[in-house]
Amino acid sequence: MRGDAPVVLEARGITKRFPGVLANEQVSLTLQHGEVLALLGENGAGKTTLMNILYGLYQQDAGEVLVRGKPVRMRGPSAAIRHGIGMVHQHFMLVPVFTVAENIILGAETSRGPLLDMAAARRHIHELSQRHNLAVDPDALVKDLSVGQQQRVEIIKALYRNATILILDEPTAVLTPQETDELFVIIRSLTAQGVSVIFITHKLREVLALADRIVVLRRGRVVGETRPREASERSLAEMMVGRSVILQVEKQTAHPGATVLALEQLSLNDDRGQQVVNALTLDVRAGEVLGLAGVQGNGQTELVEAITGLRPVRAGRVLIDGQDYTGAAPRRISESGCAHVPEDRQEDGLVLGYSVADNLVLNTYYVAPFAHGIVRDGQAVLHHAEQLVAQYDVRTPNVTTSVAALSGGNQQKVIIARELSREVRLLIAAQPTRGIDVGSIEFIHQQIIAARDRGTAVLLVSAELDEIMALADRIAVIYHGRIVATLPATSASREQLGLLMAGAQPEHL
Amino acid sequence: MQITGSIARAATQRTRWLTGGLLGALAILILVAYARAPQATTAVLTSTIRQSTPIILGALAGIMCERSGVVNIGIEGMMLIAAFLGFLVNVWTGNLLLAILGALLAGGIVGAFHALMAISLKVDQIIAGTVINILALGFTGYFYQQGLTTQGKLVPVEIPLLSSIPLLGPVLFANPPITYLSLVLIIVIHLLLFRTRWGLRTRAIGEHPAAADTVGIAVNRMRYINVIIGGMLAGLAGGFLSLESVGSFERNMTNGRGFVALAVMIFGKWTPFGAWGGALLFGFANTMQSQIQFMQNRLPPWLAWVGQLPPQFIGMLPYLLTIAVLAGFVGRARPPAALGKVYEKE
Ligand SMILES: Nc1ncnc2c1ncn2[C@@H]1O[C@H](COP(=O)(O)OP(=O)(O)OP(=O)(O)O)[C@@H](O)[C@H]1O
Ligand SMILES: [Mg+2]
Repeated sequence: MRGDAPVVLEARGITKRFPGVLANEQVSLTLQHGEVLALLGENGAGKTTLMNILYGLYQQDAGEVLVRGKPVRMRGPSAAIRHGIGMVHQHFMLVPVFTVAENIILGAETSRGPLLDMAAARRHIHELSQRHNLAVDPDALVKDLSVGQQQRVEIIKALYRNATILILDEPTAVLTPQETDELFVIIRSLTAQGVSVIFITHKLREVLALADRIVVLRRGRVVGETRPREASERSLAEMMVGRSVILQVEKQTAHPGATVLALEQLSLNDDRGQQVVNALTLDVRAGEVLGLAGVQGNGQTELVEAITGLRPVRAGRVLIDGQDYTGAAPRRISESGCAHVPEDRQEDGLVLGYSVADNLVLNTYYVAPFAHGIVRDGQAVLHHAEQLVAQYDVRTPNVTTSVAALSGGNQQKVIIARELSREVRLLIAAQPTRGIDVGSIEFIHQQIIAARDRGTAVLLVSAELDEIMALADRIAVIYHGRIVATLPATSASREQLGLLMAGAQPEHL
Repeated sequence: MQITGSIARAATQRTRWLTGGLLGALAILILVAYARAPQATTAVLTSTIRQSTPIILGALAGIMCERSGVVNIGIEGMMLIAAFLGFLVNVWTGNLLLAILGALLAGGIVGAFHALMAISLKVDQIIAGTVINILALGFTGYFYQQGLTTQGKLVPVEIPLLSSIPLLGPVLFANPPITYLSLVLIIVIHLLLFRTRWGLRTRAIGEHPAAADTVGIAVNRMRYINVIIGGMLAGLAGGFLSLESVGSFERNMTNGRGFVALAVMIFGKWTPFGAWGGALLFGFANTMQSQIQFMQNRLPPWLAWVGQLPPQFIGMLPYLLTIAVLAGFVGRARPPAALGKVYEKE
């Protein structure tokens, strides 16, 4: 269709080495005018690294980058910006305490005399948001925005610099399905206006829906190129991982036992003191997966924090195995046999400056076999780490590498490995497979089901309906801080859940 | 989103009202005092401004460094070295302008040294600042010789017309040069930080350096320049002490003012005007402290017991006030998010 459109961006034989890893090896790819190029690959395949090189953040060891046919040396992001390249990063690059307008103009400010011309900036932002249908309030503080809105700010930021090539690194990983649909509309309207887009995702359905062309990376090399017409989710998964992948986890019917987690009339406030959970009652039994479905921002985050001891409880009780753990310290809750996969991996899940091995014992470092009395056993910690890294396929040069140097998905795998490798009574998993590739999702899903079959109670919070439908035995829908319906997974349909999540009354369905 | 924006605006509105109300009450209080005792009031206010000058300059130095993400607890040492060098230049050349430049230069050089340690050598920033404080004390103590005589000091300059306004005139428009300069600098640095490109970028690298880097801002270069500017401001504070306030050098003449400046910076939530408020409070406490000691025998009967207190206790007053203010009133002061963190990209 766009086969003969001019090439706007080309990578030729890019090689990039980090201590202990070859992140990109002889990678070549082209991007044509007005197309959406999807970049697929396992966690740690080198996608983000390649984009950072195109954007001038990293310098390649070999190979060259061509913009509109001319070789350019990207000494830094300003060179890339000058050549019309914009990038929305996997972890957003916004200053939380700045306003939207300040974030957008940062680095590309216009001044009148010595002072910033904020009026002109606001006008320009307004014009861009009208033209591309990206509603934002220039005077809102970024920290008060939802992730979807923050992403819009990032896109306007690129357009404000007249970007004609837009790199989106896993833009949908943190979005709700509705926000993803909105993003797709935006991307289509951008390409219609001549913007070319590189789009990274782990969600194969999105690739098939949006891309014009698909390039697959594996272990730092390009292993194939295809088009959505010629591909299916199955064939793409196979191309990425190099073997066939079971996209739907196999599981037997659950045999629920006694109640493990009981929430009684729980009420919670958010960080700004607004009540977000209202007298919520819910229980999860041993040997079952309870899926909590809901649009982001309906109280799920606060609920998980309260259960795991990270947020004070305003009213109501949290019972684990019949014992009251309301307001208990996180360590006491963890020692009661509760595992927690937090929603924000970099904020609550990891100590970024610590090694992989130390992160793998964050909640057990003080007990045998990792400590004897007050003395740590470094050998045991390393040994434990090596086992888990192999078992969970964490791609890292070695276990003493700092987790900050791992790719986003591999950071997530470290948390999963730590939490799932411990025998627990209760597993609280919030967005457990966010940013994880299909091959590893398969494995993680199997582990969750295996834990269930050993009698663990699992509370799964996910924005992915597919994930909830695949794993849950019962599904509870949360809306405005209340459970509006609880249904057996076998009788729930996507449409029904979608309506409930949007606030429809169950009796009207 | 529209709503959160307007909540934020409403909140700033409320703080504006509050600040306005407080300032109004203060103005009335001063006017009442002036009506009852014009001379004493004028004297107290004039002295408050003078006493607060080195504090606000030190706080501005801290603000420039810390807004860009570099902790600077070496302000005390920067002030001391600059006070000493300014004094030496004054002794050698007898030219006060050259002496001020000497103090500025000394502050800038020590600032550059701090930047080198903190940014390039990645020394822990608290330790780097402590090194400067210790070095400054040792260096000035070692080279200082008794008997060096100064060649005069900076004297008040009355601004025609403005200085004859009652109360305001003598307090604001009959000051020596560095005091004037500090008043101007409060406004200039406020504008610089919040209304210019440089300020926006400085605040960005102090909050989220990676975000600044991705839009092409040279994080470490900007940090260097801000820390050097901060050093020069601390240098000016030192120059004030040896060239304007005392007119000579004494061992450890900064006497903790660099640390008070840091407290005042935090009190002012890293803003120039907020810090000025803190500096004035400290200046006022310091003035009252010396007034009380001075008037010991002439205190009204109901205050006579104050005269009985050992002078050391009264001398502690400003510092106690600093501690009380920091512990009690500041509440949730939020430092720049990337403060004290080295920025490395790969
Ligand atoms: N700053 C860094 N220092 C050291 N190694 C790094 C750094 N950044 C990436 N790597 C390594 O390079 C490899 C590729 O990482 P990259 O982030 O490009 O993967 P990715 O394809 O984006 O994965 P994901 O899907 O998980 O985001 C990984 O093995 C990672 O550990
Ligand atoms: Mg990545």
